Amino acid sequence: MYDTGKILAGIIIFLGAITFPIWYDAVTGKAATKPEPKIITSEKQCVESATYMRDYHMKLLHQWRDQVVRENMHLYKGIDGKTYNISLTNTCLNCHSNKKDFCDQCHNYVGVNPTCWNCHIIPEEKG
Amino acid sequence: MLEKALTGSKKYWTLLSFLGVIIVIGIICYLKQLSYGLGITGMGRDVSWGLYIAQFTFLVGVAASAVMVVLPYYLHHYKVFGRITILGEFLAVASVTMCLTFIIADLGRPERAFNVLLHPTPNSILFWDMIVLNGYLLLNILIGWTVLAAERAEVPPPRWIKPFIYVSIPWAVSIHTVTAFIYAGLPGRGFWLTAIMAPRFLASAFASGPALLILLGFIVRKFTKFDPGKEAFQTLAKIVTYAMIISIFFVLMEIFTTFYSQIPEHMHHFQYLFVGLHGHNKLVPWMWAFVILAVLATLLLINPGTRNNDKTLALACVAVFISLWIEKGLGLVITGFIPSPLEEITEYTPTPPEILITLGIWAIGFSILTVLYKIAVAIKEEVKA
Amino acid sequence: MDNSKRNFLKIAGFSLLGIGAHPLKKILASKEEPKFLPPPKALPGKRWAMVIDIKKCKTDCYDCINACHQLHNVPNFGNPKDEVKWIWKEPYEKVFPGEENKYTAEYIDQTLKGIEFLLLCNHCDNPPCVRVCPTKATWKRADGIVMMDYHRCIGCRFCMAACPYGSRSLNWRDPRPFIKTINKEFPTRTRGVVEKCNFCSERLAKGLMPACVEACKEKALVFGDLEDPNSPVRELLRSHHSIRRKAHLGTMPQIYYIV
Repeated sequence: MYDTGKILAGIIIFLGAITFPIWYDAVTGKAATKPEPKIITSEKQCVESATYMRDYHMKLLHQWRDQVVRENMHLYKGIDGKTYNISLTNTCLNCHSNKKDFCDQCHNYVGVNPTCWNCHIIPEEKG
Repeated sequence: MLEKALTGSKKYWTLLSFLGVIIVIGIICYLKQLSYGLGITGMGRDVSWGLYIAQFTFLVGVAASAVMVVLPYYLHHYKVFGRITILGEFLAVASVTMCLTFIIADLGRPERAFNVLLHPTPNSILFWDMIVLNGYLLLNILIGWTVLAAERAEVPPPRWIKPFIYVSIPWAVSIHTVTAFIYAGLPGRGFWLTAIMAPRFLASAFASGPALLILLGFIVRKFTKFDPGKEAFQTLAKIVTYAMIISIFFVLMEIFTTFYSQIPEHMHHFQYLFVGLHGHNKLVPWMWAFVILAVLATLLLINPGTRNNDKTLALACVAVFISLWIEKGLGLVITGFIPSPLEEITEYTPTPPEILITLGIWAIGFSILTVLYKIAVAIKEEVKA
Repeated sequence: MDNSKRNFLKIAGFSLLGIGAHPLKKILASKEEPKFLPPPKALPGKRWAMVIDIKKCKTDCYDCINACHQLHNVPNFGNPKDEVKWIWKEPYEKVFPGEENKYTAEYIDQTLKGIEFLLLCNHCDNPPCVRVCPTKATWKRADGIVMMDYHRCIGCRFCMAACPYGSRSLNWRDPRPFIKTINKEFPTRTRGVVEKCNFCSERLAKGLMPACVEACKEKALVFGDLEDPNSPVRELLRSHHSIRRKAHLGTMPQIYYIV
């Protein structure tokens, strides 16, 4: 085989790079801590179930966005039969006002940076 | 065939490095624009399209000019253009790439550019512009590459390429008809609301594009062993001559309609361009430079003696290119906004980051051109040997 | 192809179908009743328009402009190049260019005391801005309002070029630092999107009049439904001669000026 040395070196570097997430924690002990979003809401039930929200909150927000802005539908019938005013800042963040301890916990962990906050105002944290 | 671009003389690599530096500077400025916003340019509420869109408008014409060599050669078997066709097609590829890059650079939220595909809106001309520009890019890449590969293998091009070549001819006309429609359908902008906007685009395209092609052909002939042929240059020169005359004629037609009808809103734009309006006259020297260069170019081109002489022909082509760049690249787009629909005058001066981004994109185009021409020339030299 | 390879591909294909069945199950199992409801207190208008009685306007009064810009977090960049405005004032000759000469100007200067005219998006019935938008980020609602979807706008500014009235503004920079007091009830916009007056569609949904109409102490701004023959806008148009900006262009603007 030509260039055996270079090829073997390349393979070793490649394997090391691609398994980085696996060995980094074992070597440095610097694992990212598991996210623990804190729920401080007074309400016991969100507009949909917790499992649904965990999986599909972004999809729901897209539906909300299009329904309010483009279809002028301002109310949403939640899973509990209650009607909610569709608003990220004034409904979602009204309950989940602790963005740093709730939304950001998981978002930072997975490296997600939603651009909603460029426009939608983050209300002051309530304790 | 790409491997032909990876080997070259010192001049080749120096050129690419020089262009590379300009590109990197442009990219750095673009990153600044992304974080600050389009306000980093000279554009504002009144003049909301500036240098980027003006360059895009001009380069669409240059891109379409490939049809001026493709049509005679493939449709009418004009053998004289046999060697220069590939240079025209690759010039189209580089130009259209620049067009698309200028459009992206001009967007306020470029990461949302995909929305144009996700939410197709056929009543919007920009939707059609996206389709025709990308289609033309793909067509020219496909045609140029296939024909060149066939030439390298010393076989005739495959039969299936013929329909693509035939389609590329009306498609070339479509790219600047659609681009002209961006301007010509807006009720509030009297300067652009003219039926001859698309014909003007075509005429200046068929002057500026072949003029650049002649100059590029001269450069290729000087630095490589590839010679498109004296007759090819001469036919192109005749095309530039007539297209230039028609371009100037069209501008004069606009001036007649505007000033004989005496409608103030329409006259104001031309007054701003050629004599200044209420003391605002930033573009006046540019427009008179356009006039002088255009007249000079036309005289040099009409006279067979100066047209046949390569040195004076080159001078004429430079004059054609620069004058039409001024007219389409500066005069047309920016003046549509001056005066504003409220008859206010806000002048426009591009800022340094804007100019550097523009130069960076031109450098991208010329880099693509250099690489593609290197491949084409290398293959032609290889076949000849 | 070898028989065992064929079988493998068949099984793989069916497995993929099986995996695809799970989301299908979710879609089929979804509830039938509507989850999205229209706002109950919304003002019932079929064709919104505004009549501005310019004689009632006061010089040096900016109540309507301040109300609108404060409510909607419109930034103030402090220079005309980056300026963003939804509603503003201009002198007569800019609002109706070409209409004036020095004799007719005496009416504006002396009788109207040089009052400036209010300008805003005309919410045209045949809007050129909607025609040119490549993403439908701006569109015409059934009730006549020309709306903006700031999420979808790509900032191409074709609409700004198309508008014959100069009603639209791009955010040439990030607007947040330039908003004096942020109104938490309404989002801001981000750099790179175009914005304009939205006839306070969010207030109409709550049964409220547009902010500028409410803020005007002189009641110079009258907002209403053109399809309701008894609406205040229809009454005014019936009893007064009105003019519109550049009506000859066929844009059918819906801001009427009583001069």
